[in-house]
Amino acid sequence: MADTAKAKGGGTAGSTGGRRRSRKDDTSSRFADQQPDVLLGYYRQMLLIRRFEERTGQAYTQARIGGYCHLNLGEEATVVGLMNALQERDYLFTNYRDHGYAIGKGMSAREVMAELYGRSTGVSKGWGGSMHMFDTKTRMLGGYGIVGGQLPLATGAALAVSYRGGDEVVMCQMGDGTTNIGAWHESLNIAALWNLPIVYVVINNFTGMGTTVERSSAEPDLYKRGSAFRIEGERVDGRDVLAVHEAATRLVEKARAEQRPYLLEATSYRLKGHSVVDPAKYRTQEQVEEARANDPVLAFEHELEQAGILTEDRKQEIAESVRAEVADAADFAENSPHPEVSTLFDYTYATPVANESRRMPADPVFAE
Amino acid sequence: MSVITYRQALRDTLRAEMHRDENVILLGEEIGVFEGSYKITEGLLNEFGERRVRDTPIAEEGFVGAAVGAAMLGLRPVVELMTINFSLIAIDQIINHAAKIYGMFGGQNSVPMVIRTPGGGGQQLGATHSQNIELFYAFVPGLKVLAPSTPAEAASMLRAAIRDDDPVLLLENLGLYNTKGEVPDDDESVAEIGRAAVTREGSDITLIGYSRMAALGTQVAEALAKEDISVEVVDLRSLRPLDRQTIVDSVKKTGCAVVAEDDWLTYGIGAEIAASIQEGAFDYLDAPVRRVAMAEVPLPYAKPLENAALPSTESVTTAIKETLSAVGKRVG
Ligand SMILES: Cc1ncc(C[n+]2csc(CCOP(=O)(O)OP(=O)(O)O)c2C)c(N)n1
Repeated sequence: MADTAKAKGGGTAGSTGGRRRSRKDDTSSRFADQQPDVLLGYYRQMLLIRRFEERTGQAYTQARIGGYCHLNLGEEATVVGLMNALQERDYLFTNYRDHGYAIGKGMSAREVMAELYGRSTGVSKGWGGSMHMFDTKTRMLGGYGIVGGQLPLATGAALAVSYRGGDEVVMCQMGDGTTNIGAWHESLNIAALWNLPIVYVVINNFTGMGTTVERSSAEPDLYKRGSAFRIEGERVDGRDVLAVHEAATRLVEKARAEQRPYLLEATSYRLKGHSVVDPAKYRTQEQVEEARANDPVLAFEHELEQAGILTEDRKQEIAESVRAEVADAADFAENSPHPEVSTLFDYTYATPVANESRRMPADPVFAE
Repeated sequence: MSVITYRQALRDTLRAEMHRDENVILLGEEIGVFEGSYKITEGLLNEFGERRVRDTPIAEEGFVGAAVGAAMLGLRPVVELMTINFSLIAIDQIINHAAKIYGMFGGQNSVPMVIRTPGGGGQQLGATHSQNIELFYAFVPGLKVLAPSTPAEAASMLRAAIRDDDPVLLLENLGLYNTKGEVPDDDESVAEIGRAAVTREGSDITLIGYSRMAALGTQVAEALAKEDISVEVVDLRSLRPLDRQTIVDSVKKTGCAVVAEDDWLTYGIGAEIAASIQEGAFDYLDAPVRRVAMAEVPLPYAKPLENAALPSTESVTTAIKETLSAVGKRVG
């Protein structure tokens, strides 16, 4: 598997970020040292995120979900590879493209869907929505809506871990467009200076909204950009779940053992626009077709079939259980209550404070 | 009781809180080896070591945000921002993250951190280094913004801020660092966040200020007492939450008010207070609320211009006297 660690995921704007992988026709050798159950587990998670996101897109179009909605469609292999590289005790910070990560880190599809529906049963009790999944239990410490905003936070979380002498690692996910914002430079510098156990993961899907990486980054080989801070970086093919898993596990464990930051760039491709409402007109037909031809979920499915690991029966069974899980999540969300308006002032402050305003818009400031 | 400076009160409190709670760490530019730009952290690196007193790079967004993240995992970082002017670099982390995390995630994770930062003009530092922009932060629910005006307040408010589970911005003032005042020995008082104080009782007029202007207001009141004018001084102390009731109660008693603020007038803190008085004590007002604020210019370097632009004892005194004469109260 080590040969996949430095796999090229393409890297030129205008291409979809990768040719069809030159995998051995004999996929069984690729899977030689893998447990079939683990492989099937990855496959199921990828499919779950795929179906979940498809359902999300639908619900959004039907106005069941509000706000912005950024999907992981096409990035499932990256998400699953990364999330399985973390231990339960490890922390995760992401950007707003966070539904898949939330599920991958261990949140239930129900709670994530309920959050999307703005229900009180959602992970953030309906206060966060699509961009703000958060769960203390599974240590998913948030999806954040400000590009780069999560980087200083994740760095600080790693500082807290290091301060306490803990052996947790923080993973900080972001998109390619994020590497040009001040917070990127400031955070990597601080993490390297203070020897913090953190892995910065750049999902290079080659576009930040519609601007390609070449048009925004003077050094578009993003994994090289840690070198300014003496942070080792490497690139992995984000459409290959095993390659991502291997590279991420290795870097996470290095960060843990050596107490220093690492940088991982996963080349990826989103199958749809930046958000559900983006028709992605900035893409050429060839790019779209190439992306479809390299669909990571289908490719992995195919490989597993070839290797005889995924039988037809098993495939049906997984498809059915995933379908049921997503349907259940949607039903749960649909049937969950909205948060009570009476809770509006519950989460402004953790420590109660004198004279906090609890005024509704039409209330007088001084109610007599 | 000991008489100590505002600076010393802050330093003593930091030290005591660090001894009390291992989770309290200090972060900031030049707070360690250099011992603080304004020497608040003098001696602390020596006493607590680099693990707890961290010199940061000049990267306000990075280290303020790192403090937020560390606070999310239960540390209680106290950040020193060299001056509030540089908080603008970190404003995203303060407003979009520190202030929002508790609410945005449905109350799952609080952010127990403190940002200490001095503000204030009057030091001939020019336009980018002489601002009072605490209003930007006082505008935001989720933050708590405190502005002590005396050494005793500085101590009890910093203590409250460090022990509070929410992000607190503690506004210090360059002009107050050397002022002295009585602080009880072995002080353990913890200010109640969100409470203003009537720091001097009076019957003719209410003067409302905070930080340097509350201190200045007390001096003005003392001087006017000699002319038989009785000024009640309200020190806001907490800009968010804002204690409107104390203001309004005082105005109901005196019938008129002057607000003195060390920031720009339009949309400023005085505007909020004047509006509150209008809503809460309209029937009691004998005269319109007067506001004394900085001239609305980028603060100039040249001393005579800077002096002219800042609220002073004279401008506050004038506003008080004019308000009183407008209502026919005798002015000495
Ligand atoms: C500071 C900031 N600027 C602009 C935006 C608007 N915006 C949201 S997502 C996005 C693109 C970011 O691209 P990238 O970092 O590559 O992440 P991806 O969407 O590919 O996951 C932009 C410009 C924002 N949310 N925050």
